[in-house]
Amino acid sequence: MSDQAMRDAWFPVGLLSGLTRAGTASMLMGEDITVGLDDTGAPSVDCGGRKLPTVERFGHLWTSLGAPEKDLFTIPEADHPERTLVDVGVVRVKCSPLRAVENFLDIAHFPFVHTDILGEEDHPEVNNYKVEVRKDEDEVWATKVEFYQPQAAASAGGGIITEYMYRVPAPTCSVLYKTCPPRPGEWDVICLFVQPLTEELCDVWPWMALFDDTSTITDLIHFQQLIFLQDRSILENQIPKKLPLDPALETPTRADLTSVAYRRWLKRHDYTYGAQLVAE
Amino acid sequence: MILYDYILSPSCYKVRLLASLLGVKLELRAVDFHPGREHKGDELLALNPAGSIPILVDGEDVLTESAAILSYIAAKHGQNWLATSDAGEVGAQQQWLSFSHRLTSALGGARLVEMLHFPGDLAALQEAGIAALRELEAALFARRLTGQTFLVGDRITIADIACFPYVALAPDGSVSLDPYASIRIWMRAIRAQPRFIEMPGIHRLHELAPDPLAGDA
Ligand SMILES: N[C@H](CCC(=O)N[C@@H](CS)C(=O)NCC(=O)O)C(=O)O
Ligand SMILES: [Fe+2]
Repeated sequence: MSDQAMRDAWFPVGLLSGLTRAGTASMLMGEDITVGLDDTGAPSVDCGGRKLPTVERFGHLWTSLGAPEKDLFTIPEADHPERTLVDVGVVRVKCSPLRAVENFLDIAHFPFVHTDILGEEDHPEVNNYKVEVRKDEDEVWATKVEFYQPQAAASAGGGIITEYMYRVPAPTCSVLYKTCPPRPGEWDVICLFVQPLTEELCDVWPWMALFDDTSTITDLIHFQQLIFLQDRSILENQIPKKLPLDPALETPTRADLTSVAYRRWLKRHDYTYGAQLVAE
Repeated sequence: MILYDYILSPSCYKVRLLASLLGVKLELRAVDFHPGREHKGDELLALNPAGSIPILVDGEDVLTESAAILSYIAAKHGQNWLATSDAGEVGAQQQWLSFSHRLTSALGGARLVEMLHFPGDLAALQEAGIAALRELEAALFARRLTGQTFLVGDRITIADIACFPYVALAPDGSVSLDPYASIRIWMRAIRAQPRFIEMPGIHRLHELAPDPLAGDA
């Protein structure tokens, strides 16, 4: 099993607003890295004396251990000038980076993990939605996902049917688009950017681009941290620790449509760092 | 009463929890603790030079220690959550309120290192946390032998509320609660209280019990 495909992918390694000249010790796929600013004040990532490629985007610094073929993905919707961009900050989770993304894609956990906020135990049904791998972009997309939510966002006044779209543009990143309570017709953008430290440890950098004129940034950060910390306690207890990519190991309850598509896509691309290919 | 609050802070949760249990309404003022470190900014340092939260502001009164805040709210709205005038109860209550700071620095410290990248000696914090848990376990076991469930007197008090959150969240700092049967029974008894509220990592007891705050939105 080679890690080369994932070494060539882009990963978030820090908030641009948090970079210092002193640098911060971190890790990427088992290798020690230092993330900070160089002598000219430009963001830089060092790996044992080697300068890694960098991209500054979505409030974060991104890097790669290898030679990425493609530029880092974009989120055109997030460029709208009236959106509030929210750096939620890092949360460390003892789980496989791929599991962190898979959990984010799985809407069926809402009523049980985010009870009375993103879901209700009386309304656990998920409708029949559409999942595809978009050929040109080579991304996993789930669309027309509809779900009843008691409090869909910090800005939601009460229960509403929310529509979601999920997108996986990189092996450890997911972008979700959801109904925006104050602006019908627009989508709120909520991202989960995951930095794989090891196969069973990751730093998660949630990031959001929202339309919300009433909540303070702090309210928005708290809302998202509340949600993500509820996930964290579930993620740290998943068994097996690594994400099984062997179809025989897929249990029908956990593996909803998006999750199946994500796992197949990972396997096809050899994005297997944090995955388990045979039963252990 | 205004509570300077952070959703992931167990110390702030103590205050929110007691207020909910007593049916007291708090006005919450969200503090950008992480990543913004707002508690170390000028506005909050002026209110609390220690640079920590929670902070409770009630008219002229400003309180910056969670134990003091719990005592204050109980004195105002729930006398039966305080020790009686019995010397043994008063002493035990004060003992556990002070003990709760050891839980905060050890288990809370381990949690901040493990979860939010705060600096600290993880192994030393975990070791101190385990020592505190063993002490609590022994005390709760002794209480159970005398037929009591909670730490002080014959009912739940602010002593239990002060100690509960950091204990319940010990696994966030990679400290397991598996060895402590009496602690687990005690936590269950706290979670079974009417109007109990959750925080991330601390769940309600019965999956189907309605959220007491859901109707307030
Ligand atoms: N003042 C103590 C400490 C509470 C505490 O440790 N609060 C944390 C947040 S959960 C904090 O503000 N830490 C920042 C610091 O102490 O610098 C209390 O109220 O119990
Ligand atoms: Fe979740």
